[in-house]
Amino acid sequence: MNALVTTRALGKTYRKGKESVEVLKNLGLTIDQGDFVALMGPSGSGKTTLLNLIGGLDRPTSGEIQVGDARLDQMSSARLARWRAGQVGFIFQFYNLMPVLSAQRNVELPLLLTSLKAKERRQRAQTALEVVGLADRAKHYPRELSGGQEQRVAIARALVSDPSLILADEPTGDLDRQTADEILELLQILNAEHGKTIVMVTHDPRAADHARHTLHMDKGDLVTAAESEAAA
Amino acid sequence: MRFHLIRKNLGRKKVRTLFTGLSILIAFLLYGLLTALSKSFSIGLDLAGADRLVTIHKVSLTVPLPISYQNRIANIEGVKTISHYTWFGGYHQDPRNQIQSTPTDVDSFRQVYPEYTMPEEQWDAWKRTRTGMVMGEKLAEKLGFSIGDRVPIGSTIWPQQDGNRSWELDLVGLFRDPSPSRAGEQALYFNYEYFNEARQFGRDTVGRYTLLIDEADQSERIAREVDRMFANSPAETKTTTEKGFVQGFANQFGNIGAIVRYVLLAVFFTMMLVAGNTMAQSVRERTSEIAVMKTLGFSDRSVLGLILSEGVLLSTVAGCLGLLLALVLTTGLREAMARFLPGLIMTPGALLLGVALAVGLGIVAGVLPAIRAQRLDVVKALARR
Repeated sequence: MNALVTTRALGKTYRKGKESVEVLKNLGLTIDQGDFVALMGPSGSGKTTLLNLIGGLDRPTSGEIQVGDARLDQMSSARLARWRAGQVGFIFQFYNLMPVLSAQRNVELPLLLTSLKAKERRQRAQTALEVVGLADRAKHYPRELSGGQEQRVAIARALVSDPSLILADEPTGDLDRQTADEILELLQILNAEHGKTIVMVTHDPRAADHARHTLHMDKGDLVTAAESEAAA
Repeated sequence: MRFHLIRKNLGRKKVRTLFTGLSILIAFLLYGLLTALSKSFSIGLDLAGADRLVTIHKVSLTVPLPISYQNRIANIEGVKTISHYTWFGGYHQDPRNQIQSTPTDVDSFRQVYPEYTMPEEQWDAWKRTRTGMVMGEKLAEKLGFSIGDRVPIGSTIWPQQDGNRSWELDLVGLFRDPSPSRAGEQALYFNYEYFNEARQFGRDTVGRYTLLIDEADQSERIAREVDRMFANSPAETKTTTEKGFVQGFANQFGNIGAIVRYVLLAVFFTMMLVAGNTMAQSVRERTSEIAVMKTLGFSDRSVLGLILSEGVLLSTVAGCLGLLLALVLTTGLREAMARFLPGLIMTPGALLLGVALAVGLGIVAGVLPAIRAQRLDVVKALARR
């Protein structure tokens, strides 16, 4: 398999007042195209920071990060924004839908950054909603949807511009077990049938079981499962 | 869809948006009314001719000048014609219904104010009729008079020799003022000769002289010559251009233009703070949504544009509604107020400036919150969620 995500000696340090906090240390990682990876680890281990770096939301303090052909560590903010619009879909724990827009309009939102015409945007959004099984809720507003349905809309939004990479940060953290399983099964379908590469941050081992691989992190570096358990 | 998003964002706190919009609407209503008021006060300036001078008593406009000055001024080189006017303090039926009423001399009036037009036979009738009076068409229409009517005009200043303050005048002509506001048509004029003979006191005096001169650029020299001619006499004069005279008259009420500017400046400054506060609050409440938009790939610039557009849309819509309301009100009030505030009108220039101010207000009010949104750190904003 081809590598989609590669990091070399990746480091990230935040400043908190006068102190420096090293969140990632020399992290080397490869994620293959078409993989479904769960990132696990205790709070503060650097999972979300790594996800943000892979998604081009944050910049590394040191090291390299490559996604497909793009060297994210060398790109300007404006280029990163354009790259995100076309190459990555994000799924958040709290769905983060626009409350003033219907499900259809929420899904359409990333397509505003393309040159597609309004009719085409609507059709694509409708197709994405069909993929997540919510075509009949297109006109509903987020407040009229259940948590699971909201997350499905968020997944449709992540899918609509057909990115190769989907990044999910605790996508089931706010859902009950049954709904969480449904969402995870949906992610499996996206991975298996639509060929999407998925990187999912989770605390939940049952959620991680839905991934093909699980990577464990602790103190800003990758560790083995046993080390991670010991740290927890 | 972008417009849909902007509209929806404005509608998320309907009451807040409504009150902010209403504040802006009232500010622009005030702008419209005040500019119309200012225009009304300066309407005389627009009507004033550059080739006309006005001579009054050096002490005050209310102190009369001898009629004998007329011929002496007329002989000054460069003076084409001279006419005279006397403040009559006229009213119809009730002293509260004041009418600009002026005794004058028919021939010289016609020469000095050639812009006022009337059929030739009516000019002749005015000359022939001792108690003849001509009235602006608008005033006649308002009071319901037509040619041939005998109209009693009261005077707050001038009683007749028998003490009667009501002057019976015959309406013999209706004149037109070609200016867009037709402000000149709110006046009436009647024969000075009749007035002078019948009045109880002040005979052979006039309120002011208006001089029509050959060349506008000679106005300074002629004014100096007139005032020098009567220097050290019992009735010294002060001569100025008609524009200067009208401006001086308007200034008796204070500098209306400056007052309007200061009031509007205060109103717009307050509005900027109100609208700016609303926008800042709205952006603060949407920090995580803005972060999500940036995550999806919206650039810093497009986020700036979206937030700025919200401010501009709110301010422009509310501002234009305020301007429209002001236009409707001034149009509706123009006729009713014509005698007190002639030319109460919102000019196209004032309207256009109003629209530009509304757009500008939106930009100024939205710029700080928009920059704040533009600079938002996505990672920190999402972590706060």
